[in-house]
Amino acid sequence: MKGGQSPLIGLLDTLCPMHVLVDATGHIAHAGPTLFKLRAGRALIGIRFLELFELKRPRHDGTMASLRGLAGTKLHLQLREVPRTDVKGALALMPEDGSMGLPGGVIIDLSFGISVLDAIRDFDLTSADFAATDLTIEMLYLIEAKTAAMEASHMLNLRLQGAKIAAEEKAYTDTLTGLGNRRALDNVLQRLVASEQDFALIHLDLDYFKAVNDTLGHAAGDHVLRQAAALMLKEIRGDDVLVRAGGDEFVLILTRLTDARRVHDIASRLIARLEEPIPFNGKTCRVSGSAGSALSCNYPQPGLDLARMMEDADIALYAAKVAGRGRHMTYGPEMRRAAQPPVARDDGSVAAAV
Amino acid sequence: MHGLINRAIERFVRDTYGRDTWGQLVARADIDFTEFESMLTYEDELTEQVLEAAGTVLGKPREEVLEDIGTYLVSHPKVEALRRLLRFGGADFTEFLHSLDDLPGRARLAVANLDMPDLELREHGSLSFSLICRSPKVGFGHVLIGLLRAMADDYGALVMLDHKGSKEGTEIIEVRLLAMEHTSGRRFELSAGAA
Repeated sequence: MKGGQSPLIGLLDTLCPMHVLVDATGHIAHAGPTLFKLRAGRALIGIRFLELFELKRPRHDGTMASLRGLAGTKLHLQLREVPRTDVKGALALMPEDGSMGLPGGVIIDLSFGISVLDAIRDFDLTSADFAATDLTIEMLYLIEAKTAAMEASHMLNLRLQGAKIAAEEKAYTDTLTGLGNRRALDNVLQRLVASEQDFALIHLDLDYFKAVNDTLGHAAGDHVLRQAAALMLKEIRGDDVLVRAGGDEFVLILTRLTDARRVHDIASRLIARLEEPIPFNGKTCRVSGSAGSALSCNYPQPGLDLARMMEDADIALYAAKVAGRGRHMTYGPEMRRAAQPPVARDDGSVAAAV
Repeated sequence: MHGLINRAIERFVRDTYGRDTWGQLVARADIDFTEFESMLTYEDELTEQVLEAAGTVLGKPREEVLEDIGTYLVSHPKVEALRRLLRFGGADFTEFLHSLDDLPGRARLAVANLDMPDLELREHGSLSFSLICRSPKVGFGHVLIGLLRAMADDYGALVMLDHKGSKEGTEIIEVRLLAMEHTSGRRFELSAGAA
């Protein structure tokens, strides 16, 4: 560059490391140190400014006169070669009298604007490439800090969602007995079926419950239900599931059981416990239980037909009631025949199926 | 106390000593949950309980635990984010020291309700500084010592740090810079994705 301009250049290099001095013919006469990084060692001085950058806005005809007409406006430029970085620019005129050199030329200060993240990566920029007053480094700090904070918030959201699911599980609870309800039962069954785990399904109805309700009142009925639930919970194993399916109906899922004899023993023990007198307000409530069961190992898997299995357990329960209540029966195909048409039959063939 | 601070203590214990140790600590601190949420606020009391339990379970004086937390926050690979955020403070260790005055402001920019102690750097010569830390919670100065030592390593500088005690919520840390470029330190790229 011609003499006499060096004080200005030194100033500009420090304050505006991305400035360009363009002479009256539109050629770059000098550029700030950061701009050289955009050229990766190739020539910068002496090439035409508009060959390096495309001036997208405002409109102009490419002449120096029209460029000078843009003084004071905001320039939208784009690097002509890959990676086609967008830059912003502010243009000021060099004095016509040549008092600062380059008469008829312009000075353009550039900035990456919003494309700064890409530019830093593309051109390997460091904090030394920005003026000390430039807020870019602070902006980068903010972006990272906010991203980290957002991530933490996102994690919190995920965990809150987990808590919401747990709360919803509470909606799967029968408030009187604290047992799971029918919705919970569906969940457990679907999970067992999906994981192809064997289990026994027992439908159990309290016998004579209606009589307790009618003679001793609902409070006594509620007490019996709670007691029945507590008694049965004591008899089953930790990963078994006891559900109050509604009214005086309970459903038990005994996991991993494939032996009808053992299921029968457990169910019979439950019924025996239920038959123990339950004291309530100085009176005694007496109930019993009828139960019917089906074993998943007797059904084709995978794709266990849950509806069919539930129905079979119901048919067995019905057979147990018909056989005189207070007993458990395991489902057998002959019961289905016996149950059709669904008329109460009290013949020995059903009882023999146990 | 902000969840981020409680979470930092938790992560330090878990990442350094394992989940079992954290489990013991939680039981001893008598808190009824096992994980802190970074983005929730907790009673100050809780942080005290956890720190006290940490001292007992880890068998270290409280000051040492706090210092280790500071070191962990900068040097453990799992918390790289904080190291990067601190490195934005300056291109070399001296610049970083000077940026500590802005630390509470920077913290608030990131997380609006995160209160950091008030920090003031006093320069006694180009290689000698005092860092004044004002906080109602005594002990933050020890965290700072661990953090500064790890940051010096990160920049490749060699420093001597000395906790000069605390008085009425003010702690003073003496910083003596022995060598600016003792080692090459760790690289820091402005762009987070760059390795």
